[in-house]
Amino acid sequence: MRRVVITGMGIYSCLGKNLDEVRQSLYAGKSGIGIEPIRTEYGYRSPLTGIVERPMLKGMLDRRSRVCLAEEGEYAYMATAEALRNAGIDMDYLEKNEVGVLFGNDSSAKAVIEAHTTAMQYKDTQMMGSGAIFQSMNSTVTMNLSTIFKLRGINMTISAACASGSHAIGLGLMFIRNGLQDMVICGGAQETHYLSMGSFDGIGAFSVRVDDPTKASRPFDRDRDGLVPGGGAAAVILEDYDHAVKRGAHIIAEVAGYGFSSNGANISQPSDMGSGIAMERALKDAGVQASDIDYINAHATSTLQGDAFEAMALDHLFTPYHTPISSTKSMTGHECWMAGASEIVYSNLMMLNSFIAPNINFENPDEYSKNLNIVNQTMEKNIDTYLSNSFGFGGTNSALVIKKIK
Amino acid sequence: MQREEIIEKVNHFLVEEIEIEENLLKEDALLKEGLGIDSLDFVDIVVIVEKNFGFKIKPEEMTNVKTLGQFYDYIAGKVN
Repeated sequence: MRRVVITGMGIYSCLGKNLDEVRQSLYAGKSGIGIEPIRTEYGYRSPLTGIVERPMLKGMLDRRSRVCLAEEGEYAYMATAEALRNAGIDMDYLEKNEVGVLFGNDSSAKAVIEAHTTAMQYKDTQMMGSGAIFQSMNSTVTMNLSTIFKLRGINMTISAACASGSHAIGLGLMFIRNGLQDMVICGGAQETHYLSMGSFDGIGAFSVRVDDPTKASRPFDRDRDGLVPGGGAAAVILEDYDHAVKRGAHIIAEVAGYGFSSNGANISQPSDMGSGIAMERALKDAGVQASDIDYINAHATSTLQGDAFEAMALDHLFTPYHTPISSTKSMTGHECWMAGASEIVYSNLMMLNSFIAPNINFENPDEYSKNLNIVNQTMEKNIDTYLSNSFGFGGTNSALVIKKIK
Repeated sequence: MQREEIIEKVNHFLVEEIEIEENLLKEDALLKEGLGIDSLDFVDIVVIVEKNFGFKIKPEEMTNVKTLGQFYDYIAGKVN
């Protein structure tokens, strides 16, 4: 069975617009959350969001490419361009070699809503313009990236709610492991525009702690009152180990294990059993024990139920080993479709720089998190192996085990 | 509307919004082969023309419009 490694990564999020900025934010425990007043005008319960600046792509991409890119696609372009540079891959390489693309994305609501608004105004669909269809589809990110970067391998989008980005990496692992691809760009993208998150706000999932935005996202903390939406994009270059060695690539880490499960139960309520199965499968797939895990990047989003069920599963599997745990969502908010990929980039940055980013705002445990070793201050620590969890609506669970190459 | 005014308006949106190089904008330039306007670009041009000149381009009226000069004339015929 072929080994799969990460040879490049890129990130564009509320913590920074590139790897270096994001590494600094993670180390400093700096929140990227703020208030967007238009959400209140629109009727949101909560105006809190991760603040992500739209990139200026004029001059970087031609008009046709820009017209077809939705907001999340712009972020994905920035993250992918950085990941390719980081991996030492240029356009000449992409034209001569078959490279695939698998991204997690589960909505492109702004484009859909704006097209509808135009149709209502003009009673003429042509007035939506040429980009609307390409921006509106769930596969907008991969259809655009494959066009921009001339990709000729596997090309599709994985829609699995808030586990989308993690499953994308897991599936990339499988394509390479099985010898079907040598290199796949994997990642996740998440729109942040207010038009994209109203329905999520509408079910009361968001924190309303507006008096102090950077304190609002507080995974595992007793006084949490909901999640804060965030977004951006993250990309990793997955590559067959021998292929990477042969081309002299710098190897960041090995994607050692992928575990998945479905709860087969409630549409919004998570499950300790289902998430635990995904974690155990990832450990088994990687050939490691729970005691081998040096760090866990938890899914924990700062919701009452979600964090409690994950805490139960983590308690069951890891408490005997006092494994350090943090949820970077305390700083980023919940990056939803992107989170499973961005949290691999965040954790890789920690592994490369030997620290654990804090679960900020964790001040008091609740009855479920009290047994866990939740890190709330930046910790200097060597990480050889870590686990990253991602769970989504409909009970979809994904877990990844990443190891340092030695 | 004077033809010069139409030329100015059309050239402006072709440069600013369709991002065609200004030095290519000659009366005898072919829209497709010369200026590189493809079917998707034309959808956006339909939108821009409706917003700027207040009428909707009908595809069947464009069958004999091949050059930029003919496009100016077509618009002049619709707005005057």
